[in-house]
Amino acid sequence: MTATTDRTVPYADALTRYEPVMGLEVHVELSTATKMFCGCATEFGAEPNTQTCPVCLGLPGALPVVNRTAVESAIRIGLALNCRIAEWCRFARKNYFYPDMPKNFQTSQYDEPIAFDGWLDVEVPANEAGEPPFTFRVEIERAHMEEDTGKSTHVGGATGRIHGADYSVVDYNRAGIPLIEIVTKPLVGAGDRAPEVARAYVAALRDLLRALDVTHGRMEQGNIRCDANVSLMPIGSEVLGTRTETKNVNSLRSVERAVRYEITRHAAVLDAGEKVFQETRHWHEDTGITTAGRPKSDADDYRYFPEPDLVPVAPSREEVERLRATLPENPAERRKRLQGEWGFSDLEMRDVVNAGAVEVIEETVAAGASPAAARKWWTGDLARRANADGVAVTDLGVTPAHIAELDGLVTGGRLNDSMARQVMDGVVAGEGTPTQVADARGLELVQDDGALQAAVDKVIAANADVAEKIKGGKVQAAGALIGQVMKEMRGQADAAKARELILATLGVEG
Amino acid sequence: MTARDLTRLTALQMADGLAAGEFTSVELTQAHLDRIERLNPSLNAYLLVDAEGALATAANVDAARAAGEDLPRLAGVPVAVKDIACTRGLPTTAGSRMLEHFVPPYDATIVTRLKDARMPILGKTNMDEFAMGSSTEHSAFGPTRNPWDLERIPGGSGGGSSAAVAAYLAPLAIGSDTGGSIRQPAAVTGSVGVKPTYGAVSRYGIIALASSLDQIGPCARTVADAALLHEVLAGHDPMDSTSIDAPVPPVVAAATGTRDLTGLRVGVVKEIAREGYQEGVSRCFEEALQHLRDLGAQVVEVSCPHFVHAMAAYYLIQPSEASSNLARYDAMRYGSRTTPEGSPSAEQVMAASRDAAFGDEVKRRIILGTYALSSGYYDAYYGQAQKVRTLIAGDFTAAFEQADVLVSPTTPTTAFRIGDKLDDPMAMYLNDIATIPANLAGVPGMSIPSGVADEDGLPVGFQLLAPAMEDQRLYAVGAALEARLAEAQGGYVFEKAPEIEVQA
Repeated sequence: MTATTDRTVPYADALTRYEPVMGLEVHVELSTATKMFCGCATEFGAEPNTQTCPVCLGLPGALPVVNRTAVESAIRIGLALNCRIAEWCRFARKNYFYPDMPKNFQTSQYDEPIAFDGWLDVEVPANEAGEPPFTFRVEIERAHMEEDTGKSTHVGGATGRIHGADYSVVDYNRAGIPLIEIVTKPLVGAGDRAPEVARAYVAALRDLLRALDVTHGRMEQGNIRCDANVSLMPIGSEVLGTRTETKNVNSLRSVERAVRYEITRHAAVLDAGEKVFQETRHWHEDTGITTAGRPKSDADDYRYFPEPDLVPVAPSREEVERLRATLPENPAERRKRLQGEWGFSDLEMRDVVNAGAVEVIEETVAAGASPAAARKWWTGDLARRANADGVAVTDLGVTPAHIAELDGLVTGGRLNDSMARQVMDGVVAGEGTPTQVADARGLELVQDDGALQAAVDKVIAANADVAEKIKGGKVQAAGALIGQVMKEMRGQADAAKARELILATLGVEG
Repeated sequence: MTARDLTRLTALQMADGLAAGEFTSVELTQAHLDRIERLNPSLNAYLLVDAEGALATAANVDAARAAGEDLPRLAGVPVAVKDIACTRGLPTTAGSRMLEHFVPPYDATIVTRLKDARMPILGKTNMDEFAMGSSTEHSAFGPTRNPWDLERIPGGSGGGSSAAVAAYLAPLAIGSDTGGSIRQPAAVTGSVGVKPTYGAVSRYGIIALASSLDQIGPCARTVADAALLHEVLAGHDPMDSTSIDAPVPPVVAAATGTRDLTGLRVGVVKEIAREGYQEGVSRCFEEALQHLRDLGAQVVEVSCPHFVHAMAAYYLIQPSEASSNLARYDAMRYGSRTTPEGSPSAEQVMAASRDAAFGDEVKRRIILGTYALSSGYYDAYYGQAQKVRTLIAGDFTAAFEQADVLVSPTTPTTAFRIGDKLDDPMAMYLNDIATIPANLAGVPGMSIPSGVADEDGLPVGFQLLAPAMEDQRLYAVGAALEARLAEAQGGYVFEKAPEIEVQA
């Protein structure tokens, strides 16, 4: 198969004639200790085919048993997505032949999903074009349980796909890993913001799933995989167009780009008076385009029928309520609440979220630090240190308690900011708590006003011109003198106090 | 006691003899192995004999007994296992070329239970390929022959197990019954076969034919022996989601308890009891009813109007599930592989392997099942069949309000000749007309021999059916009738089988 470059039209142009409609299918790998239907481990990265047994290898006679924890996770996901939870539902067999599927059928829920009819409100941020933030309600069609297939690697051949490969190897460690597939209803009405909605939805879903602690949530490891269905309707029409399904779009940025690309490609096809071909598409991260996969018709016949080796799943209402009580606060709402409590600006909060520092700041504030100080340390100094070392900010060996203690030393007047950074050097180096480091390194502001006054006098005498300017009303010029005073004091002074003394000596109102 | 005599004992007598120290398990097991060696070439009941393994278990039991260890009731009593159950380290073929060289890395739960019961496993018995058939003629490894007449079929799919038990090549054997594969072979070989309540015995490690119908059960020469094996096999298994999590019904107590049936209501199912049966079959059936009356039972006629649709529903549900269950045999990870010329794709290797390794009957049912599940046909076929299934279950519920057990002949005829029905699948399928309803509804059923047909001198089976989870009723009534028949007929039916002529 050769990848031909399809025609596209400019994005803005496409949106003048067509309304995009999206349907997003997100596969979530659950982080259960064992597989969906057997007791095999699910650890990522193990030697190929070492986490297998008769059940997940599809040996003759093997039978599945449903993983109770996976069912609980599915119900919790359903509840968090405001879904209804089935009182009685079954698994079905989806029959098709493929070498990475041990039984040649996938055990999956079909027309009786565990959760259905939900919604998720998604905050779409302001974009680069200056369009404002808004909230989009994504309607959830269903969330159902299924098992993953093995992982095929096709060796040789041009495309890395099974056709044309010299040989293929299959790792069945992944076969039987529990998956939850979350399917949206058709998303209409986002207009030119549709690609952003897609991205914001997947991001919100990822945050929600992480907050539920049901998945490792690492898109780059395939814990969360998105298939994006896109079709276009001529503006004013109510008839859905032919859709394409772009498979396995595995980063937030790619979700947005893939949807955007498909819109421009569909528009070109429709503009030419041609028909969009119903098919799966492969997303190419490097070139930013999609290429044709296999034809997909609604008539694909998987010969679904209820899985006779399993009994129905029938969660009692008490069980559902017990699980509902375990739901965490919705991450978006939680962020909004914390932003208010901490008094952060939208921009500050976005930095905190992007840095993944919401939890650690929350803990630091709880330990007694001011929100501003907590934010400054975790997204500033410590983020830079972590970045330089290539580790996570939480792996520096610095705890929320350390930050709270250090903040106390600063606000209590023992340390200034520059001394606090030196103390942090010691904490990161493992020299102890901030107090221990400050003691050991002899870091302490000089509390003797006489010494400071002497330094101030000396600096003013040496900088008569600057002193005149300050006297003349240019108070901001004091900054230059403060620097010199601090130098005189070898940094062991409180800069605010130095400023105060400079102004007082010159008889100027601060 | 001579070696030959030992094989003639019932399993109960063997257990008692072992416990009393009259003979050892090694002697008992060796007696069976000797007889297998002599007669199996004529019968083809065993596909594989594990003399070494069986004798090792026997020696182990003997040593334990000598050391005064507390042993399970059947410890040291040998057993044969249908080749549908996975046995770790022993080839398990399901009667198919596809699995000719397949050696499972694990034991079926029932095999573990046999091992826990310390029963020497003599070997694996022949069967129709993937349990599809009523004659064992569909085995890829040649037909099994009926000990009563080597030109006749021993029933199927479990003809190997029934022939082994009837010919004293094993006192007990494992069967699997999807539409009658335990009961019909029992009927045509003069032995006892029980299909327990669906879910009573674990299916884990049993090569699936149709998951919602398959049930493992005991094959024996007497009702009490069947009960002893039933008790070993039954019980909850967390590896099988459909396994019943409840105490095993008291089958041994029932099989060895009172012979008085006063007050028992016996329902003759009009739709499967009276028409289309061979003369000798009908006569034996009516005689058995009279014996039940003599034992104090009240015989009533009941109607199960939807049973007439059972065959049609069964031949949609069973092939549908089978088409999916057998999809895994694609020669990718295991199984017989055929590689076409050139550089074939994986798909072409799968197709060629399945074409080469599956027999005609298996292909017939895969095609039928695939069709019945296809989009556009599902509702008319599979969906409709499931509705019939519900109606049949309703018929049973209603019938069991009028009767404590239901009865019918097990099969329409005595054993037919090898080759007679091989070209007529419908005629072959009709053998199971009386046994299929129990599988569709999940209720337990038993076949016991009720006599010998005058016209051909071949054994006739009498079927008992009970409500789900009431398996002990089968044993109570079956044991009472068995004893009464033995009294009236001057011995058990299985004792009337002619001695087998050893083929040169």
